[in-house]
Amino acid sequence: MMVKVRIWGSLQKATDNKEFVEVEAENFKQLLDNLSLKYPKLKPQISRGVSVAIDGLIYKNSWFTPIKPENEVVLMPYMVGG
Amino acid sequence: MSPLDNTYEKQFKVIGTRPPRPDGIEKVTGKAQYGADLYVPDMLYAKILRSPHPHAKIISIDTSEAEKLDGVKAVVTSKDFSKFSDNKPSDTLVNCIAHEKALYDGHCVAAVAALSNTIAKSALKLINVEYEILPHVTDVDEAMKTDSPIVNKGYVLENVPKGFSENVTSYYEFGHGDLDNGFNNADLIVERTFKTEAAHQGYIEPHACLASMTPDGKADLWCCTQGHYNVRALCADIMGMESSQLRVTPSEIGGGFGGKTTIFIEPIALALSLKSGKPVKLVMTRDEVFKATGPTVSSSMDVKIGMTKDGVITAGEANLRYQGGAFPNGTVEMGAQSAFAAYDLKAVRTKGWNVLTNRPKQAAYRAPGAPQAIYAVESVVDELCQKLNLDPLEIRIKNAAKKGTKSSYGPTFDDIGLIATLEAAKKHPHYLAPLEENQGRGLSCGFWFNFGGDTCVTLNVNFDGTIGVTEGNPDIGGSRASISQMAAEELGISYDKVRTIIADTNSLGHNEVTDGSRVTFAVGLATIKAARAAIKEMCKRVSLIWGIDEDAVRWENGSAIPAGPNAGQFDPMSIEEIAAMSSQTGGPIAGHHEVNAEGAGVSFGVHLADVEVDKETGSTKVLRYTVFQDAGKAIHPSYVEGQMQGGAVQGIGWALNEEYIYGEDGRLQNAGFLDYRIPVASDLPMIEPVILEIPNPGHPYGVRGVGETSIVPPLAAINNAVSRATNIRFSELPLSPPKVLSSLKKEINDG
Repeated sequence: MMVKVRIWGSLQKATDNKEFVEVEAENFKQLLDNLSLKYPKLKPQISRGVSVAIDGLIYKNSWFTPIKPENEVVLMPYMVGG
Repeated sequence: MSPLDNTYEKQFKVIGTRPPRPDGIEKVTGKAQYGADLYVPDMLYAKILRSPHPHAKIISIDTSEAEKLDGVKAVVTSKDFSKFSDNKPSDTLVNCIAHEKALYDGHCVAAVAALSNTIAKSALKLINVEYEILPHVTDVDEAMKTDSPIVNKGYVLENVPKGFSENVTSYYEFGHGDLDNGFNNADLIVERTFKTEAAHQGYIEPHACLASMTPDGKADLWCCTQGHYNVRALCADIMGMESSQLRVTPSEIGGGFGGKTTIFIEPIALALSLKSGKPVKLVMTRDEVFKATGPTVSSSMDVKIGMTKDGVITAGEANLRYQGGAFPNGTVEMGAQSAFAAYDLKAVRTKGWNVLTNRPKQAAYRAPGAPQAIYAVESVVDELCQKLNLDPLEIRIKNAAKKGTKSSYGPTFDDIGLIATLEAAKKHPHYLAPLEENQGRGLSCGFWFNFGGDTCVTLNVNFDGTIGVTEGNPDIGGSRASISQMAAEELGISYDKVRTIIADTNSLGHNEVTDGSRVTFAVGLATIKAARAAIKEMCKRVSLIWGIDEDAVRWENGSAIPAGPNAGQFDPMSIEEIAAMSSQTGGPIAGHHEVNAEGAGVSFGVHLADVEVDKETGSTKVLRYTVFQDAGKAIHPSYVEGQMQGGAVQGIGWALNEEYIYGEDGRLQNAGFLDYRIPVASDLPMIEPVILEIPNPGHPYGVRGVGETSIVPPLAAINNAVSRATNIRFSELPLSPPKVLSSLKKEINDG
């Protein structure tokens, strides 16, 4: 299933300046794996860590969190806190 | 999507009550065991030699005279760590002990273990370090210039645009919409540059640890920390150990606020222990805490916001420059995402640069990165309201983010509590209370993300039917009480039947650090699930006793009962009865839950501050302060209120007095609580907390994090109050008396 993913501003250089990209994914891990495959310039940031917001809820790294085509999916920097 | 089961609409019996804190007696009688309180036989005492230079190449270190001193048992330098690993030393290790260069005033260069602190101190004087002093930089804007001294090479990420110094290590940009169009539609645009200084978390307990390492590679480490599993991971990596061979036990903790989420002295103590063959205790002085642990970033920020005459924000833009010391940090991206999170904007753009300087490596401090950015944005929003003669609270309601808003950092908000929080502030008597001459009222919104993470809980049903909960997150804000309450609620028993303890690293699987406002959310969630597992097992045992199907037994009010009339007629069997027979019915009963908890909800707060400025001295007195915060379900309201009050007090200190002051020589000028002034009780009025309970759908009881959001609004709330009291717009923190007085005098001189 194709999932539409929003890329943050400074990371859009890695996606040919596209704000939205589409990749095959049914879960968090597939999303990151396929983003790295399709857009290799995303790989350094994904390797350092990213979070993914799915319908507004932010997920840090749970690989098997399901993602559906109708979900709003947004790539975000890896969350840190104090 | 609702990822978790939600039972938060149930009627609670234990949740929401205020039982006495379980650590209260130990703490008020001085019996609590903090990091420096552990003593073991044959223990040595360690001291650290620190660089007096902000930036210097280490040519040589001669420890021979120190080693000869009677009573000295071991001396270590960076060379002692190279034998543990062939890999390039990690930033964490190089921050703990300088390798090729001293990178900031106070950077550790060597350490001694001796029979007493006095001998160890004497030995430090006998260590001869030859330095080649290098040019230094401590200001973020200076450090970004191409001709700045380079602090630490090799850290520039691929995302940094050209044209900056190598000190700029990473760059982030967020936002959406057409900024030019937005600003064209504005009736008034305000653009200002702001600066904030680094502030320290100000925990009262200095870092302390005791390490005992044997030649066969086993070690025990006791320390005050917000996350002993992280301590184990970092130290095991540095020492070349397997995790199973390093057991870390957390002490009681005297404050952390993010500053104890990493390590500073623990590998030093381990290496000294290995070298000496003795247990080694290492306790920082306050001077060392200021110089060599992690304060916040300092910042330089440009904010531009456009507004129509009737108060609609048409566009917002922020450029944020954060310095985080001599190593890369990930803070500006959090600020850039948070800056405009409270607003529903058609056009918004934030950019952020992380920068290296010759200062200690920054550490997290409650909502890292957000207070600075939101201070700048909320100050400009207030100035626009004042210039357009608009009510600042009404304007925030008018522009507030809500369900369906495309947030400034990307995702669309689901249910959030900002408008409810603003409405609560509007209805509160504080908002309309009269002010007198030289007094001003400031308002600010605040925001933080919150998160969950790896969490393990074991819940044991003792033979007498009482409960022992074992969890792995140091209790920095009352979590033991809240966890016990959630266990009691789920099991249908009273709070006093449950005791929660924090276990060492060998007792549970990995637990993420106590940070991100995660513990009551994530550990609570795991506790609820562990209790449900124990209940399932107890129902199974009772089904065996009654000779009926397991499904025919259910749990109610602390007892197993038949699930319905078809299950048969049986008297309820209490948890005490089930526990007493557990040996005969299959063995001890326990519930476990291990999870990477996701689904923590974001949180908003609104603060109101009244101040009075003494125009003769420039001193600011806080007259009244009210905190409104969406806390989700408040498990133990007193602790939630304490978090809200504590964050407010720390933010007030940051706004009014607290700052790292560096001299031209690059050395820290105020490394002590006499010269770095945090607010004390007599400085402040009672902070009034107003809890709004808007349940988080991502938690069974509706819990969301509360520990960080409360430090976000005070910087702008105080700045806005002082600006309105003096009719001068301030744009640098802290608003210390000399700074305010100088501006007042300039205003008079300028007419």
